[in-house]
Amino acid sequence: MRDGWVVGVGVCLLQAIAANPAHADGFLSHLNPKNWFEKSSLRQVVVADPYLEMHTGPGVGYPVFNVAGRDEKIEILKRRTDWFYVRTERQIEGWVPRDQILATLELNGEPIDIHEPTRQDFTTRRWEGGAFAGRFGGASLISIFGGFGLSEHLTSEVTISNAIGNVSDNVLLTVGLNHTFAPEWWVSPYVGLGTGIIKTSPRSTLVRALDRTDQMGYVAAGARGYIARRFLWRFEYRENVVFTSRNENEEIREWKLGLAFFF
Amino acid sequence: METRARVLLLVPILALSLSGCGTIRGWFGGKHEPPPLGSETEQTVPQSADEPVIDPQVTRRKIKVPAIKNEDFEIGAYVGILSIEDFGTGAVYGGRFAYHITEDFFLDVTLGQGKGGTTSYENLAGGPKLLTDAERKYTYYALNAGWDALPGEIFVGKGHAYNSALYLTVGMGGTKFAGDNRFTANAGVGYRVLFNRFIAAHFDFRDYLFDIDLLGQKKVAHNLEGSLGLTVFF
Repeated sequence: MRDGWVVGVGVCLLQAIAANPAHADGFLSHLNPKNWFEKSSLRQVVVADPYLEMHTGPGVGYPVFNVAGRDEKIEILKRRTDWFYVRTERQIEGWVPRDQILATLELNGEPIDIHEPTRQDFTTRRWEGGAFAGRFGGASLISIFGGFGLSEHLTSEVTISNAIGNVSDNVLLTVGLNHTFAPEWWVSPYVGLGTGIIKTSPRSTLVRALDRTDQMGYVAAGARGYIARRFLWRFEYRENVVFTSRNENEEIREWKLGLAFFF
Repeated sequence: METRARVLLLVPILALSLSGCGTIRGWFGGKHEPPPLGSETEQTVPQSADEPVIDPQVTRRKIKVPAIKNEDFEIGAYVGILSIEDFGTGAVYGGRFAYHITEDFFLDVTLGQGKGGTTSYENLAGGPKLLTDAERKYTYYALNAGWDALPGEIFVGKGHAYNSALYLTVGMGGTKFAGDNRFTANAGVGYRVLFNRFIAAHFDFRDYLFDIDLLGQKKVAHNLEGSLGLTVFF
């Protein structure tokens, strides 16, 4: 039964790899060091509204202390969440909300083009990271993960988890592949397969046993969905098999719910 | 006989002359409407007046506008005092990494280390040591969510204003103390003051809770931490 699961998920993942040869050429482009240190100057825009309000801080409550008039050229220095730190021609610096920046024009007269993450970006995301909380057998589980999209459907993932129970403390490090069937769906199911190691430290007050490290494998099924901007929720269920030195392998069920963001 | 042949020849000529030359065009399959006035003169002019005489084959330059750099992350360190229930108060230090999701909410990861002292039982009764020195080491990690509940500004003298925020945090994590890693929940309040756009000072107060049964019965230990930190936005 379990072998059937593993084989099924494995075949599914292999099909996904084979079905995406066209995607392969582009996906390493951002690993090129040449693209990392691209020197760029500051973005300049022109105020198109009658005026542009500048706040003292990146929040709605901060007072407006300066305005830039229409046709004035401003430089955008930084962005923090939905606020932009700008400098006017008179060298006055302040924070401008996103909706006012969206009303400015590029130097060539076109409306400003700020790339905002959307659902489309979610389906073609490259990097994904986040945190989970849940249960691992009878223990409380906290885990963080980082993923890299090999294609629209296929993601490689590294997860570090800590399961703290009454009997033992477990630290897990797993690597795996996830296959998302339809990334464009609002609730998008996926399956995964992976392997890793688990370090088990029994509770000192209960038993005087030694720490042990075992190899493990897992099959996973889960769902993810887009929330807003670059955020998504994720739910995952895993069937873990710990390959112990004893005669019987240990099987541990795990479920977790988490928040993730993509880049 | 001769007149009949002459009539036969004259009738087409007559028909032709009466109807004008309009029918001739029909003989050669042309059923065109007469061309509109002035069209004949247009045909002599080159294709269209809009098209330039010379078409320059210039490849358009793709203008790449500089990207706007984000500054949503915060990294830093802190030092403070940590009161471990039953084990006295000592120094604590740690690191912090935060991600600002919106202007009001952020996620925050902290890693810290402190050290427990001796319990009253050990001090007064002179009993056996409950823990080894290594077991008194207190290390923790926590994943937290924060809310900038009261953003504002502080004023120093007449000419200086600094942005600030009073924030609340809740989180969970693990604490390694007395030989075990313990699931730990925490709640706290903090105050952040920004010296400029990207350097901030933090004053944090957090309560870490975990179950402990070291001293006989199981209880929830409250471990209070006060710290002063410095972070940089990037």
